[in-house]
Amino acid sequence: MVNPVLFWIIAAITVIPAFSLLFARKAVHVAMSIVLVMVGLAAAYITLGAPFLGMVQIVVYTGAVMMLFLFVLMLVGVDQREDLKETIKGQRWIGLFTAAGLGAFLVSVVGRVTVAVSDTPVQGDPDVVAVLLFEKYVLVIEVLGFLLITAAVGALVLTHTPRLKPRRTQLEVQRDRVLAGADPVNKPMPGVYARHNALDVPALDPEGQPIDHSVSRVLKIRNQTQEGVEFRAALEDPSRKEGDR
Amino acid sequence: MDPINFVILASILFAIGAAAVLLRRNAIIAFMGVELMLNAANLALVAFSRMHGEIDGQIMAFFVLVVAAAEVVVGLAIIIAVFRARQTISLDEPAELKG
Amino acid sequence: MLDLTWLLIAVPLASAAFLLLAGRRADAWGHWVGVAASGTAFLVGLGALIQMLGEDAHHREHAVHLFSWIPGGALDLDAGLLVDPLSMTFVMLVTFVGTLIHVYSVAYMEHDPDRRRFFAYLNLFVAAMLLLVLADSYLLLFVGWEGVGLASYLLIGFWNHKPEYATAANKAFIVNRVGDMGLIIAMGLMFTYFGALDFEGVFAAADGASTAQLTAIGLMLLVAACGKSAQFPLQSWLGDAMAGPTPVSALIHAATMVTAGVYLIVRSAPIYAGAPAAQTTVAAIGAFTLILGAVIGMAKDDIKKALAASTMSQIGYMMLAAGLGPVGYAFAIFHLVTHGFFKAGMFLGAGSVMHGMNDQVDMRRFGALRTAMVTTWVTFGLGWLAILGVPPFSGFWSKDKIIEAAFVGEGAQPWILGGAALIGAGLTAFYMSRLFFMTFHGKARWTDDQHPHESPALMTVPMIILAVGSAFLGLFLALGDRFATWLEPVTGHAEHHEPVLPIPVIMIATLLLVALGVWVAWRKYGAADVPETAPAASLATIAARNDMFQDSVNRGVFERPGTHLTRTLVYADAALVDGAVDKTAGGWARTGESVRKTQNGQVRSYALTMLVGLVIVILVVVQGGL
Repeated sequence: MVNPVLFWIIAAITVIPAFSLLFARKAVHVAMSIVLVMVGLAAAYITLGAPFLGMVQIVVYTGAVMMLFLFVLMLVGVDQREDLKETIKGQRWIGLFTAAGLGAFLVSVVGRVTVAVSDTPVQGDPDVVAVLLFEKYVLVIEVLGFLLITAAVGALVLTHTPRLKPRRTQLEVQRDRVLAGADPVNKPMPGVYARHNALDVPALDPEGQPIDHSVSRVLKIRNQTQEGVEFRAALEDPSRKEGDR
Repeated sequence: MDPINFVILASILFAIGAAAVLLRRNAIIAFMGVELMLNAANLALVAFSRMHGEIDGQIMAFFVLVVAAAEVVVGLAIIIAVFRARQTISLDEPAELKG
Repeated sequence: MLDLTWLLIAVPLASAAFLLLAGRRADAWGHWVGVAASGTAFLVGLGALIQMLGEDAHHREHAVHLFSWIPGGALDLDAGLLVDPLSMTFVMLVTFVGTLIHVYSVAYMEHDPDRRRFFAYLNLFVAAMLLLVLADSYLLLFVGWEGVGLASYLLIGFWNHKPEYATAANKAFIVNRVGDMGLIIAMGLMFTYFGALDFEGVFAAADGASTAQLTAIGLMLLVAACGKSAQFPLQSWLGDAMAGPTPVSALIHAATMVTAGVYLIVRSAPIYAGAPAAQTTVAAIGAFTLILGAVIGMAKDDIKKALAASTMSQIGYMMLAAGLGPVGYAFAIFHLVTHGFFKAGMFLGAGSVMHGMNDQVDMRRFGALRTAMVTTWVTFGLGWLAILGVPPFSGFWSKDKIIEAAFVGEGAQPWILGGAALIGAGLTAFYMSRLFFMTFHGKARWTDDQHPHESPALMTVPMIILAVGSAFLGLFLALGDRFATWLEPVTGHAEHHEPVLPIPVIMIATLLLVALGVWVAWRKYGAADVPETAPAASLATIAARNDMFQDSVNRGVFERPGTHLTRTLVYADAALVDGAVDKTAGGWARTGESVRKTQNGQVRSYALTMLVGLVIVILVVVQGGL
């Protein structure tokens, strides 16, 4: 028998978040709610004597499947808000009525039957489940393995975008750059020829003049650069001797 | 408390999942509705397993879990492919099945 | 020699095939091959005739088995030849007259670039005609029947570069199809009733058959005969058939092919013996056509069309005789033979006139040709006397017998048929004399560029031979009833019946009517001037000039309703049949349109439909039934 308190807690943390499926506007909120539902279901499995399945539920659903959903949501844009206004005529009310009717009907039917509960509850521990899986249901496991491989390959194929043009070689990329008027060589790195290697210090050209564009644009906007003038002054100081550092 | 109540709970969750599939236009949310329906079925299986004192029900739920995982992989791949092609994942947009 | 009778058909057929295949290189001498083939057939026929004459009268019927033709279950038919006095008569007529006309054509067609082809067709005709008369079954007869139809079509349309000639050929072919349909139906009836198509089997079965069956077969055979022999109501093609070269008109459309209908009736004598109603119909049609042809002949100005009308009328005499039963069969064939000679002779004479007159056919532009074409005048004159029935020329012996036979019988029939035959004799005398006088007597009404001259010997010699036949063949065959006795194995012995009028009275009446006809024609066309263009005339004359409006009648009675029927059927097909199909299809299409609306392409609608279905299934399962 099951502890009623535990049941009601499980019922609460499954049904209430599940309603977010119908009312939440943001898909991320829905996904997080479903994670909660999955955890609740895992708890229900453990309560019902299926600890292995409960753990698998947590690992697979909350850990893998729902995270996969979140990844996809990231890909397609978290901000996609959905207009809840119904566009198909009658869809909302017929759908709600049918779904609610189905639920009510099932509840009423199931509520009316009484099934004798076994006095010897089995405990679905991993060793018990493993023996059954790899003895009685070994063929099914094999088939499921094929199914998973096929699904993985299928997902790869579906998300694969074929290259329409041949890949551009480095030579072509460089040629285009030079033709567009870019520097044939790299930009000078900041801090080169500076007194101390730092990003905020412009590089010096061979004549000792600072090169402005060697400093990051961001630092300039933030006014976090140094002019390098003081280094030039020091450079021009006659008292300075070679090897004085 | 009688495990049959878990079956009732599973029925309610199933109905909510079905309603989500019918009412939501966001493909991902509708898909999550499908997942909820699958899990409701799993819950019922496990509850029956408890009531009959047989472990096979749990095994069935395990299989459903695996198939659901495969389904999620393919389904999400399809959603991504559709999104790439149409820049949207609304279920009302790809009406190319229109006769 | 009788075993070689298959050569009669094979030689002209081989010659036709050779001439058609040989091509231009045979142009120079091909016509002589044709003449030789026809002559060979005549010699073979003559040999067979001599052998037959040496036999006892009751053993003159010979069956020559050729090969097993249709060995098929219920119908086991052999191809074979039936050589008896009747078919031998035709063989002699066809090959003799045919050979003469071949010779004539050598000169007549001399300037035609397609002379070789012409001879090929003539040979084809001779082969088909001989097959027709020699066949020992209706089916084999039908092969020849179609063969002569084909040859006739090819020869009428020989100058098919002229559209009206090609149309005439088509007309002859199509009208003949109607008759052929009759023959096919008759064969179908024979096969259904008797299970046989060979003469022997059919005639044996005809003894025990019911009158209704025999009447049906007899009437269908009559339809066939009407089509081939240009009898009412299928006579309309013969006048237009004169579009063919004149030798063709002489051979096919006067002497031989058009008499095939008479042959068919006489050959089918056992069938008609059991079907008096059909027999009377034959006689009635013959009597009607003989008057009709004579009336048309009185008004025609085209010499060939006048002769064609005369042919129609004379075949009417033969049909009348054939419709009288055993009394008339021999006379029908007798008249057929003499007619074959004198009509062929006159057609060749007409051809000779045209040859000398730049192919002019309008008799109003002839006149006074007797001085320019003495041979033609004499030979034509002998034919004229023969067709008039002036004793002792051929026509007298045959036609007078038919008139006498027409007066045999009881009730009103002899008076009607005999009267028609008698009046026909007078009309014949008038229109033939009109033709003769307009052509050879009176004043010359030639156009300027015409210089009449006598034809070459190749043309005149056949004319002379035929003229001699026209003059004396009747007398030769009639003496001692030679011809009737010769045909007796086939036609059966005819009891002598007394006509309703004494024979001398009939004979004198006939001669008086003939004399009257000639006298009127002489007054009008011999002594008086003939206008060069046809004068305005009474309604009756106009009707006769227009072939009694037969084309209009055909158009009004058959073509128009046929066209309308076709249009109605087309419309009914479009409106009813197509309409039903289209409406049904359209209904399904509209159903599909309305059902299609449920396919809105919205995945969620589909999901809803699935869920509703699922709910219904669960309800059914849980509640244990609907």
